[in-house]
Amino acid sequence: MSKGSQVRTTPFYKMHVDAGAKMVPFAGYEMPVSYPLGIKKEHSHTRQFAGLFDVSHMGQIKLSGDNVMSALESLVPVDIIDLPVMKTRYALFTNENGGVMDDLMVTNLGHNSLFLVVNAACKISDYDHLKKQLGSNYKVELDEDLALLALQGPKAVEVLSDLDPSIKDMTFMTAKQIEINNIDCFITRSGYTGEDGFEISLSANDAEKFASLLLLNEQVEWVGLGARDSLRLEAGLSLYGHELDSSHSPVESSLNWALSKVRRLGAEREGNYLGDNVILKHLEDGPDTKIVGLLPEGKMPVRDGAIIENENGIQVGEVTSGGFGPTLNKTISIARLKTQYTKSQFKLFALVREKRIAVEIVKLPFVKHNYYRG
Amino acid sequence: MSIKYSEDHEWVDAKGDDLVVIGITDFAQEQLGDLVYVELPEEGDECTRGENISVIESVKAASDLVAPVSGSIIEVNSRLEDEPELVTEDSMGEGWFIKIKLSNPEELNDLMDEDAYNAFIED
Repeated sequence: MSKGSQVRTTPFYKMHVDAGAKMVPFAGYEMPVSYPLGIKKEHSHTRQFAGLFDVSHMGQIKLSGDNVMSALESLVPVDIIDLPVMKTRYALFTNENGGVMDDLMVTNLGHNSLFLVVNAACKISDYDHLKKQLGSNYKVELDEDLALLALQGPKAVEVLSDLDPSIKDMTFMTAKQIEINNIDCFITRSGYTGEDGFEISLSANDAEKFASLLLLNEQVEWVGLGARDSLRLEAGLSLYGHELDSSHSPVESSLNWALSKVRRLGAEREGNYLGDNVILKHLEDGPDTKIVGLLPEGKMPVRDGAIIENENGIQVGEVTSGGFGPTLNKTISIARLKTQYTKSQFKLFALVREKRIAVEIVKLPFVKHNYYRG
Repeated sequence: MSIKYSEDHEWVDAKGDDLVVIGITDFAQEQLGDLVYVELPEEGDECTRGENISVIESVKAASDLVAPVSGSIIEVNSRLEDEPELVTEDSMGEGWFIKIKLSNPEELNDLMDEDAYNAFIED
């Protein structure tokens, strides 16, 4: 499975190179960071039309076995048991201290099977975690012969509906198994840009053929990891290793919305996952830190690692992600702040190269989500 | 007068009278991608060869502009503060960064000519 330090390629590698992509090593793969269009234009193209992203480096895991839904519930603070067939839900693997090991998408395939999409950098550890925690009663398959594409943007639905009209009836966070031009596609209406869009899982053997088919449509352009990051930043979506990590609980990372009611204190299936005591306590007492949006004054990007301090020069937090937001034409940041400083009346500053830049706390997302809920 | 190049991908255009104009090369500009912010030094600052004198922020990351020569900074291209894209569009012209009055004109001899620079970026 793992080939050590060797850099791997996805089934679209040749297409990226032929398209003139700038390739960089990312999570053990040679990935396209940008194409000749450039990050800003790729970003805007996705917000206006449809961007095609190769996300085949991500982990695609199939879990199966009797009562697999309740088994997965022991590893996530999320309602999996009541997840309807062919519906998708956002979840988090927690550790014993209530920290986050990874975030993931879970789809109920029915027949005691679940399909998980996990972060590329965590996929081996997630696989090991599942094997170890669930034991031999469950089948855990990390399928490395699958490709994953994301088609994101307001025109994504039009592009796919041209190939199969039934796709336009899907709503946000639902899934469908479909055949397009004799290619088996597992499609979810989801994504990581804040736009309407789809993720398409398919065999590596069909990958090039399917991507070429999508690219025949003028609305579709390849978009690289650079714009993927600026799009998710504007959409206020967490990135593992930045807004989420193993030493902060989901509550400390402002992901309360992802913690299902039924798994909370006093509810029917309260706790019973790794780190439940810490997470339930954070929900009750309030967390020490929160994740907030920041609008820095001026044009200088305030990137991850920048210290946030108050008027008196006391450190109150740190930027977790930051950069330029092409849609707003502004520099934007996300930061982890001590909870008592997350009220907007505080005057806060970011330190960049020994300069103090005033920052304003704002609500996330920076750019409104545009999901199709039917 | 001819244009010389540094290993940090800057061009140095000697205008005579120990005055040089400095910018980044097309190669550097392409590597950086879309620029979003340029932090310029103050006019009147002194700089020493090898010192970081400016920060160039692309969509992806921040990079330093390293002084290719020593001297005093007599002018900065303040247009870049509002229009960093000038560097992308015209790195050898409108997208210039600073003008320096050389304190040690001999340093120009350590820079590459165009052929040497082209060979350098081939590697």
